[in-house]
Amino acid sequence: MTGATLPSLSLGPVLYLWDGPKWRDFYFRIADETPIAHVVIGETVCSKRLHFIEPHVGEVVERLERAGKSVSLASLALVTLEREAQVVRALVRDSTHPIEANDLSALGLLAGKPHSVGPLINVYNGATARLLASRGATSICLPPELPMASVRDIVRDTPGVSFEIFAFGRVPLAISARCAHARSKGLVKDNCQFICGDDPDGLVVETLDRQPFLALNGVQTVSHTCQTLIQELPELIKAGISRIRLSPQDCDMVAVARVFDDAIAGRSLPADAIARLLDAYTGAQFSNGFHYGQQGAAWIADHTLT
Amino acid sequence: MTVSSAMAVPLRLIPIPAIERATRLVFSHVMARHPGLFDRLGDYAHKRYGFIPSDLPVGFLVEPGKGRISVHRKPDLPPTDAAVTGGFVLLLGLLEGRLDGDAVFFSRDLTVTGDMEAMLALRNALDDCNIDLPSDIGSLAGPFAPLVRRAASEIRSRVLPREAGQWN
Amino acid sequence: MELICPAGTPAAFREAVDAGADAVYCGFRDETNARNFPGLNFSRDELKAAIAYARQHGAMTFVAINTFMRAGREKLWHEAVDDAVRLGADAVILADFGLMAYTAERYPEQRLHVSVQASASNADAVNFLVETFRAKRVVLPRILTIPDLARLAKQIRCEIEVFVFGGLCVMAEGRCSLSSYATGKSPNMNGVCSPASHVRYREDGCELVSELGDYTINRFPAGEAAGYPTLCKGRFNVADERGYAFEDPVSLDVMDHVDLLREAGVSALKIEGRQRGKAYVAEVVSVMRRALAANAADRPALISRLRLLSEGQRTTSGAYEKRWR
Repeated sequence: MTGATLPSLSLGPVLYLWDGPKWRDFYFRIADETPIAHVVIGETVCSKRLHFIEPHVGEVVERLERAGKSVSLASLALVTLEREAQVVRALVRDSTHPIEANDLSALGLLAGKPHSVGPLINVYNGATARLLASRGATSICLPPELPMASVRDIVRDTPGVSFEIFAFGRVPLAISARCAHARSKGLVKDNCQFICGDDPDGLVVETLDRQPFLALNGVQTVSHTCQTLIQELPELIKAGISRIRLSPQDCDMVAVARVFDDAIAGRSLPADAIARLLDAYTGAQFSNGFHYGQQGAAWIADHTLT
Repeated sequence: MTVSSAMAVPLRLIPIPAIERATRLVFSHVMARHPGLFDRLGDYAHKRYGFIPSDLPVGFLVEPGKGRISVHRKPDLPPTDAAVTGGFVLLLGLLEGRLDGDAVFFSRDLTVTGDMEAMLALRNALDDCNIDLPSDIGSLAGPFAPLVRRAASEIRSRVLPREAGQWN
Repeated sequence: MELICPAGTPAAFREAVDAGADAVYCGFRDETNARNFPGLNFSRDELKAAIAYARQHGAMTFVAINTFMRAGREKLWHEAVDDAVRLGADAVILADFGLMAYTAERYPEQRLHVSVQASASNADAVNFLVETFRAKRVVLPRILTIPDLARLAKQIRCEIEVFVFGGLCVMAEGRCSLSSYATGKSPNMNGVCSPASHVRYREDGCELVSELGDYTINRFPAGEAAGYPTLCKGRFNVADERGYAFEDPVSLDVMDHVDLLREAGVSALKIEGRQRGKAYVAEVVSVMRRALAANAADRPALISRLRLLSEGQRTTSGAYEKRWR
């Protein structure tokens, strides 16, 4: 690890529908109690949910900045309606904070302005990363399914950009125009009654053999397992990763952030870290298969496999 | 879509070695006329494929890499890497690429087991071959040839138009 | 409107041309395209012959190079573009920004189409690709309604191609790692969804069970039409309810709306199915050709013949109608 700068911690946007006060209080704790340096806030999954957090954005940003965190605003991941396109345009036009682009429309509109690129943009190689950098991207969170070999190559081939890795959280796997979450409760998207709010950590999808497999989060599908790249931190640091992203789950994220902070600083062993993560996120099943180019759901305990 | 009893009965009566001799003749002839099959199959040529007509008492084991086909009574069929089961006429239709394999799978007229990658490779390789049994075996003699020709003509004259009619 | 038809093999390519395709799309036999299935796709020589055959018959050839370049292996994708251009492809269909940049810079005259895998679903996204890479056409994801399409057409400066028949992606294309999560092979990187290497079918009593990797994707009772073991069309338990969590095993058919698509400003209609056999391609292309020439009233009867060839033997107009959401 000698010579490499230690990465900082970042927090991705809350992917789930949490009610306004819960969302606000979550960020207040993040501001007051965690070593996280960068926080991305905003609704990325469903434009219908925007009004839940809007009343609280101002106070959350203020509290986070007062605590010394840098704040970015996330754009929507799927933009099909005119109303959604307007939301993205307004965000790009009016924001006083850096924006994290999560779809191609935001990327197009942000050309020439410093911005970051979210994990839902397809950056699979250095050529793409360099192209985005030439248009103003200063940091890129790489897609969660990217294997370590690709991560290493992209970082090496793209100087001048900060790279971020999706290191903790249920993995966003797919997004649809159709709302499976509403359908599962006998509703349709246009009259969904915000039913996804009943499942603040996602609604588990099991196989017919009762094997937990995926989770529904409105129009998004996430993994059942919680991707956890903690024993892999040394090689990520060595590869030059600048930021370690934690994606909020409905668990003790303050504790999760501290576990990662200790692990990055070399204050804890991987086995202890994993035990502590399990305390913070009771019942979670961890995975790291994507990192090793294997099925994303896999958990590979022996990190010498790379 | 099953073999008419007029065809099934003789097949039951003919001894296995006779069926096998005839099948080998047809097989080697078809292989010789369609060398592109191997190119497309690639490494999957070394797999063992089973073709199991649901309406006949025998099954066929095909090993393309060894240029070998063997005929076995169903209980004696050796292990295969991948196997396809369906009516004999339907299997011939697939061999010629006149039927869409996915469609007969969706309709449950066909079942596939084992290594799907191998099976898919064979399906795609056959599909590109333009095998035409009546013309491919037109010059062949032997006890099995008339049977195959009859089966092939059944596909043309009876089975396929009727199936097509059902789509309307 | 042009009819854009699939071909997984040279034999299917000829069938598509003979049946009246305006253009046939196909890919090389490797990871550079999104139908990287065993035994499928074209060698360089086969593509050369196919392009010549298409030219003789007044048809165009589009080459799909629509996966994302693997870091460190970019050469494979670059060579695919080099060869497609050299062999005379009428268009290359691309998804990766890095590869679009390479193509636009090296071959400024080459017609570049944006693959559905690029996931350009709105005017700002499409205009970004048109301005940056001089894209001439965009294949839109199967997540837009027809009014969405009509509105989009007025705001962009390139042609629109849409899927009208065949397999239905329930998720936004190019943004789905479901298959990768279950198998380790990624649609975006390896060009396979529900790869055959991880698919198993087995009989359990009178049920047909389909499995992908370690997961049961479906159980079909006797007599029920079956489907591919694609995750988005699997049967699962959600909150103790057993059923199709995302979509039934159905395929897409929007031929009932073809006049609306024309009025919306769509330039080309695309048939999915490079993985299907030549018999399917021949049948679907000729029926579609007749349906396009027919009166609206006569179309349903023509198209209904195709239903039994379709996954689950049922079809849907999918996201093109708002109620699907």
